[in-house]
Amino acid sequence: MFRNNYDNDAVTFSPQGRIFQVEYASEAVKQGSVVVGIASKTHTVLVALKRNAEELSSYQKKIIGIDEHFGLALAGLASDARVLSNFMKRQALASKMTYGRPIPIERIVERIGDRAQTSTQVYTKRPYGVGLLVAGVDETGPHLFEFQPSGMTQEMVACAIGARSQMARTYLERHLDKFADSSRDELIKHGLLALKESLSQDKELTVDNASLGVTGVAKDGKRKIETFKLYDGPEIGPLLEAALETSEAAPAAEGGESMEVDT
Amino acid sequence: MNHLPQAWGRPRDDIYGHYDPSHLQTAGPNAHTQQPIVTGTSVLAVKFKDGIVIAADNLASYGSLARFTHVHRLRPFNDRALVGFGGDISDMQYLDRLLNSLDVNENYGSPGHVLNAQNLHTYLSKVMYKRRSDMNPLWNSMLVVGLDGDDKPFLSSVDLLGTTFSSPTLATGFGGHLAQPLLRKLADDESQVKDVTREKAVAAVQECMKVLFYRDARSLDSYSIAVITKEGGVELKEDEQLEGQSWAFADTIRGYGTQVN
Repeated sequence: MFRNNYDNDAVTFSPQGRIFQVEYASEAVKQGSVVVGIASKTHTVLVALKRNAEELSSYQKKIIGIDEHFGLALAGLASDARVLSNFMKRQALASKMTYGRPIPIERIVERIGDRAQTSTQVYTKRPYGVGLLVAGVDETGPHLFEFQPSGMTQEMVACAIGARSQMARTYLERHLDKFADSSRDELIKHGLLALKESLSQDKELTVDNASLGVTGVAKDGKRKIETFKLYDGPEIGPLLEAALETSEAAPAAEGGESMEVDT
Repeated sequence: MNHLPQAWGRPRDDIYGHYDPSHLQTAGPNAHTQQPIVTGTSVLAVKFKDGIVIAADNLASYGSLARFTHVHRLRPFNDRALVGFGGDISDMQYLDRLLNSLDVNENYGSPGHVLNAQNLHTYLSKVMYKRRSDMNPLWNSMLVVGLDGDDKPFLSSVDLLGTTFSSPTLATGFGGHLAQPLLRKLADDESQVKDVTREKAVAAVQECMKVLFYRDARSLDSYSIAVITKEGGVELKEDEQLEGQSWAFADTIRGYGTQVN
């Protein structure tokens, strides 16, 4: 009945040095639908594949704007992500209130990392069953961070988590050297194409199941940032068209991309 | 000797009478700060085209007694912000420790994110307003100077009520009456700041420190002065002496002080 004796709580190591509850939490992340994040020198993009539980239901929200300068994409238990995102919203607001400063991305990620780590060390708690990609802009530029239920956080150039995310990661690795100098539009395109790679044969990206969030540095305007913008529903239509058009027009992978860069 | 341990170390009842235990009571009204005790007087600051000058004398008065003459009331926060304190010295020391621990906390982890003068001013105003709302104010009025998020000169004040005010020239305490009108000749509004050079600003502040030493009975001729610019960071000099004093005018004044006639 039990897989083993060492998975009843999150504070007991197995003789092999593993903490099974934390590993199970990581499995929950792999069951969530895929999300992709990429950072360039000027922008960050989060792209997500939304799922509906049944034909008659709405699609589960995958990208959450936290503050003007950053947002997150989630894979795993959406309710755990809601708890974490509410916490992040409070922290971001507190930073604005007490210092008049938008909270640095690294700081806020550190805080959820610490929070998640404590629940792997307290008998009465369980780890969060959600992985996050946190993307935004602060005074040191654009940043993308990955967060795992274990409490691990790390800064990434590009990242994909969730079900079938390996295909998206392969796409990201193949195009890694292009991201840094990509424009806003190119970055969105790469994000959507990476997401498309991870789809199963019978699925397609549509205005219903795709979701996208962008932030960036701006030349001027309020605090010189481009406010976190979430594209959902009909709004994402033109972006999808632009991305999928170019990829279909030039199916030969290498030739297609060199043309993208030129335009 | 009394063999009861309760009585050990206490005045003997047979000599001093029964000890009044009501003195040990902790319940009762909580006393908060009603007035400052050891105080610092004015702080002056002026913006110039690429920085800020700030000055305060080195005196801590105990009432009208010039009690401590080497108290530094300009406290650098980091290389882009500095706070000048007027008012209660012990509250200044508390705030200094508070800001120090804030700076230490800010510098844990990776570098790159620093609190600028504007952030510091917002924080201080919240601290001051919180304390006044607890009916336990920190009895200070402060000038926060430095560079803001765009590396532009920043100057703003905050007082014991959490009130904030900003202007190209500012002075706290007695300086608000004596120095501020003189400093305004230099720059009356923000648009005039671009014509003020560093030399002019420093000279004006030094002149005002002299005027204050002539007329403010809680002031001293030894003072601290700091210049903050983007290039130079915080340049703080803490043991300056007022130069070129002339007390000739005092000769004709009669009717107060220690004169006999």
